[in-house]
Amino acid sequence: MPPPVISVERLSKRYLVGHRAERGGSSTYTALRDVMGRELRNAVRKAADVVRGRQVVQGDAVEEFWALNDVSFEVQEGEVLGIIGRNGAGKSTLLKILSRITEPTAGRVTLRGRVASLLEVGTGFHPELTGRENIYLNGAILGMSRAEIRKKFDEIVAFAEVEKFLDTPVKRYSSGMYVRLAFAVAAHLEPEILVVDEVLAVGDAEFQKKCLGKMDEVSRRDGRTVLVVSHNMGLVTSLCRGALWLDRGVMREQGTAEHVVGRYLARSAQGQEHLIRLDDRERPSFVRDDRLRCVALEWVSSLPLRHGEPVKARLHFKVRAPVSDVSAMIGFNSIEGPRVLTYHMDGGKASRHDFGCPGEYSVDLDIDAMILGPHHYSLDVGFRSGNIHLLDFIRDWTQLEVVAGPETPAEIAHAAPHASTGVRLVGSWSWEEPSGELEVVASGPQNLREAGARRRA
Amino acid sequence: MSNVIVIEPGRQELNYWRDLWRYRELFYVLAWRDVAVRYKQTVIGAAWAVIRPFLTMVVFTVVFGRIAKLPSDGSAPYPLMVFAGMLPWTFFSTGLSEASASLIGNANLISKVYFPRLIVPTATVVVAFVDFLVSFGILVGMMVWYRFLPGWQVVFLPAFVVFAFIASIGPGLWVTALNVKYRDFRYVIPFIVQFGLYVSPVGFSSHVVPAQWRLLYSLNPLVGVIDGFRWCVLGGQSKLYLPGLAVSAAVAVFFLWFGIRRFRKTEASFADLI
Repeated sequence: MPPPVISVERLSKRYLVGHRAERGGSSTYTALRDVMGRELRNAVRKAADVVRGRQVVQGDAVEEFWALNDVSFEVQEGEVLGIIGRNGAGKSTLLKILSRITEPTAGRVTLRGRVASLLEVGTGFHPELTGRENIYLNGAILGMSRAEIRKKFDEIVAFAEVEKFLDTPVKRYSSGMYVRLAFAVAAHLEPEILVVDEVLAVGDAEFQKKCLGKMDEVSRRDGRTVLVVSHNMGLVTSLCRGALWLDRGVMREQGTAEHVVGRYLARSAQGQEHLIRLDDRERPSFVRDDRLRCVALEWVSSLPLRHGEPVKARLHFKVRAPVSDVSAMIGFNSIEGPRVLTYHMDGGKASRHDFGCPGEYSVDLDIDAMILGPHHYSLDVGFRSGNIHLLDFIRDWTQLEVVAGPETPAEIAHAAPHASTGVRLVGSWSWEEPSGELEVVASGPQNLREAGARRRA
Repeated sequence: MSNVIVIEPGRQELNYWRDLWRYRELFYVLAWRDVAVRYKQTVIGAAWAVIRPFLTMVVFTVVFGRIAKLPSDGSAPYPLMVFAGMLPWTFFSTGLSEASASLIGNANLISKVYFPRLIVPTATVVVAFVDFLVSFGILVGMMVWYRFLPGWQVVFLPAFVVFAFIASIGPGLWVTALNVKYRDFRYVIPFIVQFGLYVSPVGFSSHVVPAQWRLLYSLNPLVGVIDGFRWCVLGGQSKLYLPGLAVSAAVAVFFLWFGIRRFRKTEASFADLI
C-alpha cells in the first residue's frame, strides 16, 4: 500500500485564554483600590510577556485550552474524509493546522502533495476590483499561477455564470454571484489535497448541487484527496467514504461515514440538554443588529421530543436597546439539509411585542403535537423586528432527535432515524357510509352528500 | 509524490526561502492589487504622489532656504536639493507606514490561507515605489526647468533606490510583527514618520551638520540614503561623505536582518493573534 497522503500523529494545539478573576460575594461595586491593584498586576505581567516575547493575554487568570488533543489519523490517496463534531470541537483548528495557517503545539503532520485550503469562500476578494481582476487575485492567493488561471479562465467564468458582469466591481455583485464566482475559482484548483470548511452552507440550492458534483468529480475522477468539515450529516454520508468525529479536541470515532455519523447522531440525541446556551454561538455575517441577542433555548417539556406529543420551548433573550415589533422563529431542518418546519409569528401584529427597556426576557412556544416524524433535525432560531429587519439568527446549531410517540405506527418508528419520515399531520377526516350503490354524480362532497340523502329518503 | 510537507511545532522551515520564490506570483498580484485599489477611487489618482512631495518641497524651500537661509549643496538650486532629498524620504515613509499596517489590513488572508507572510509587507512597498516613480517625473521636470544637468554619478541612482528599499523594509518588518501583537504600534509609526522628517536631512543639506557629529548623525540610515540621492542627482555639487554612507548602510542592513529575524520569529503565530 502506498504511504498515506495525509498522516497526522499525536497532534495537539493549545491556546491561552484570559479570564477575569471572579470576585466573591456581591460584586455590584468595585473599590478603586482593587481595580488599581489588579490593573497594576496586569500591566506588570503584560510588560514581562512583552519583554520575553510571549503571547500577551488579557485578563487576570490565564487558562490553557486544548483545541486539539492527541489526534492521530491517516488519509489515503483519493479518499474523501468528513470531519464532524459540535461547534468548538476543534474541527476548524485541525483544518488550519493542515493548511499551515497556524502551527501545532505538539505532534506532527506529513502531507504528500500540494494542499489548497478553502476555509472561506472568496478569501481576499477585493470589493473595488472587477470580477476578472478578482479571479486572478483569488487564484494567486489560493496558489495558482497566472498561466494556470489564464488557461482555466473561461471555464471558471462559465461555471460561475457571471459572463456579463466580468468588468463590474464585485461590490456591485449580488451575494449569490459573489459566492458563485468565489467557489468557481476554488473549484478549478488542482491540488493533490483539498481542504474544505463548510463553504457549501452558502449559495442557492442549485448551486450547492453543482458544487457537490464538482467535489465528487474531483475526488473520483482525478483521485484527489478531499477533507470536508460539515454540520450537514446528509452531505457527509453522501459525499464521504470515511468520517472522523471530534469532540472537545479529542477524536471520538473514526470509520466509514455511515458508521461515524450514526454514532454521532445517536450520541448527540442522547446527551440532549434542557437548556442550550446560544449567546456564545457564532452568528452569520448578515446579522448586523445587536439590539437583541438570543441567550438560550430551553425545552420546558420532557426530552427527547416525541412525535405526536405536546412540546413547550422557551427562548431566553436579552434586549440591549429598545426595539419594537419583535417576533421570534424556530425552524426545524432535516438532517439532509432543507428546512422542513417553521414556527413563526408572522401575519398579525397581535403576537409581536415591543421592548422599551433593556433586560432579559423570554418567549414560549407551545406546540399541541409534534408533527415531525421520528428523525434527526437541526434547529434555526431567529428574531426579527417588523417584517424585514433581522435582529438575530443562529443557524443549524444543534442536533435534535424526535423519537416515536405512543401513536406512531411501528414501521415508521423503525424507519427512523435512518430515513426521514417527513411531517406527519393528523388531517380532519370523516367517514361516510354509503347505504347503497354509489351513484356517479358531479364531483364535490356536497353533491355526494345530497345524493346519499336523496337515496335515504 | 513530488513534495512532502512536514508540519511540526517550532519547525524552522528549511524551504521557507524556496516557498517565497514559489509564491512570487502572489507577490506580483498583491502588489498589483494594492496599486490598482489605491488609484481606483481617487479623483486625481497619481496626482497625489505629485502634490504631496511638491508642496512639502515648497514649504521647506521657503522655511529652510529663505527664512533660515541655510546653504544649499554647492551651487545647486535649493528647491532641487530639497526635492532630491524629498524623493527617498517619501519612498521611505510611505513604505514604512504601508508595510507596518499591511498585515492587519490583510487579516482575512492571514487567517484563511497559507503563504510566506513576508510577501504582504514587501508587496506594499511596491506601492510606495510606484509613487516614487511618479514623483521622479517631477524631479526630471524641475531639472529641465533649472537647466541642471546631472553628472556621471546618476548611474548609481538604482543602487540608492535599493538602499532606500532596504532602509524602509527592515524597520517595516519589525514594526509589522510588533503591530500584530500589540496594536499600540500603529500610533508609533505616524510619530516616527513625522519626527524623522525633521531629524533626517530632508529640508536641509547634511553638510550643515558640524563635521565632528556627522558620523554619529549617519547612524540614521536615511542620512546615507538622502546624501546618496543628492550625490547622484546633483552630481559634483553634493560631495559624498563615505564613512557616513558606510555607517548608514551598515545600520540599514542590520535593521533588515533584525526585521526579518523578528518577523520570522512571530510569523508562525500571526494567525492566532490577528
